Formats: sequence, structure tokens, C-alpha cells
Amino acid sequence: MSGFAFDPCDKCEQMMQPYLDRVLTEEERMEAEVHLDGCDYCRRRYRFEAEFRKFVRLAAAEPMPPDLKAKLAALRTPL
Amino acid sequence: MSEATPESSPRQLATDARDRVRFEEEALELSDQVYSVARRLSGSREEAEDLVQETYARAFRAWRSFQPGTNLRAWLFRILTNLNIDRGRRIQRSPDTQPLEENDYFLYNKLEESTSESNLDERRVVERLSQNDTVTALADLPHDFRDVVLLVDLADFTYSDAAQILDIPIGTVMSRLHRGRRILKRTLADSASGDGGGG
Repeated sequence: MSGFAFDPCDKCEQMMQPYLDRVLTEEERMEAEVHLDGCDYCRRRYRFEAEFRKFVRLAAAEPMPPDLKAKLAALRTPL
Repeated sequence: MSEATPESSPRQLATDARDRVRFEEEALELSDQVYSVARRLSGSREEAEDLVQETYARAFRAWRSFQPGTNLRAWLFRILTNLNIDRGRRIQRSPDTQPLEENDYFLYNKLEESTSESNLDERRVVERLSQNDTVTALADLPHDFRDVVLLVDLADFTYSDAAQILDIPIGTVMSRLHRGRRILKRTLADSASGDGGGG
């Protein structure tokens, strides 16, 4: 971890969103994982973020009203 | 593609009808996902239903402009977000320009601070948030940010799909997503500490 030019946890914090969005380069991902392996502080926050995303998704989901499907099917072009 | 004209042969007409039926069926299979995002783009269930019906009416009319083999889900969401922009932006307020000091660990730190227990499981920390507050916080996001957050975090589109759907550069998707997520967390942190009751 001596390769970090500044606070490694700050760096890890900046990599969290792109890490979870899976858009880091292979090298960056490895860098984040090496830090996470040894840092409980960051590991907790990454796990929280992953749980938070699931929570938002669930909170935001609302089942489609049952009659809407039939209304949409009625919009189809008649054969 | 094979445009059906009055001179089209019966065979062409049959192929055309078959393609259209397949298109309509595939589009309808995605309606739960379309509704889910439409609901969060709309102020009420009725408004969301109208938006979804308009989306499908337009999609069925325009089915020939869909290129088979390309991403139908993204194509439908593009219609949805365009319709929503057409009707919604008249009441759009000015974009949020407040500086955001909070970093990405902000919400966790805030929630951890407000509990006396230490080493809580992360799932338990998330449970301190309210679903209603989350829905309200999403609704209150500036619309440009909300569109991106819903497409990526709710509908699971990639940055590049979201950029195509909204017709904006990928860099703009990234900055709106980043900012939108942070505003969401700031709002939730505020409501969590505001409703926490005295300790």
C-alpha cells in the first residue's frame, strides 16, 4: 500500500462508485481490492454501499397495476 | 426493411405481420420494467399509467423504426424518457448547483454516528433508512440527475446505454449519476437524523 501518494482510504473512497459499477480498469480494481483486503473501515463502507443500492432498488420498485397489462395489450395492432 | 404496400405479395404481408407480432410481444414482456421507472418519473400512479400507455402506443406505431437485433429495452426507454421530458420539463426547476461537500462514505458515517451500537452488520445499518423517505428523495432529485440514477440504478442500464437513451455524452451520464447519488444520500442522511428522535 506504500504506492498510494495520499491517504489510501480517501483513494479507496473515490474508487467505490466505479468499483461497484464495474467500470474500473483491471489494475485499478486490483488496487482497490488489495486495500479492501487489509482495511476493515473501507470494507464495511463498500458492503454498506452495495446493500444501500439494493435497498434503493427495492424501495423504488412498485408492481404494475394489474389492469395496465391488459390496457397495453389492447394497444396492439389488430391482426 | 420490407415495407408492406398495397402491392405487397401475400407472403410479404405475412412476414410483416409475423415480425410485428413478435416485436409487440417482446415489448410487452418489458412492461413491468418500463412501469417501474415510469412510476418514479411520475408524481402519481395514474400519471405513470398514462406515461406507459403513451410509450407503448408510440412504440407500436413506430415499430418499423426499431432495428431487429438491437437493444429493444433501450429503445423503449428512449421513448419513455423522451415523452417524459416533453411533458415534464415545463415544470422543471433550475438544476441543483449547491456545492456537495459530502464524499461517498458520508451516509454510512452519518448513520453509524447516530447509533450507540458498534460493529453493526451493514444490512442493519441500511435498515435504519425509511423506504418512504427514499421514494421521496428520488422524486425530489433534480430531474436531469434523477433520469440517470433511475436508468442506471433502477433499470440497470450501462453508462453507455443511458447516454444513448438520453442522447447525452457518457461523461455527462457519469457526472449526473455521481451527483444524483450524492444528493440522494445527503437527503436520506438529513431525514434519518431529523427523524431519529432524541437519544
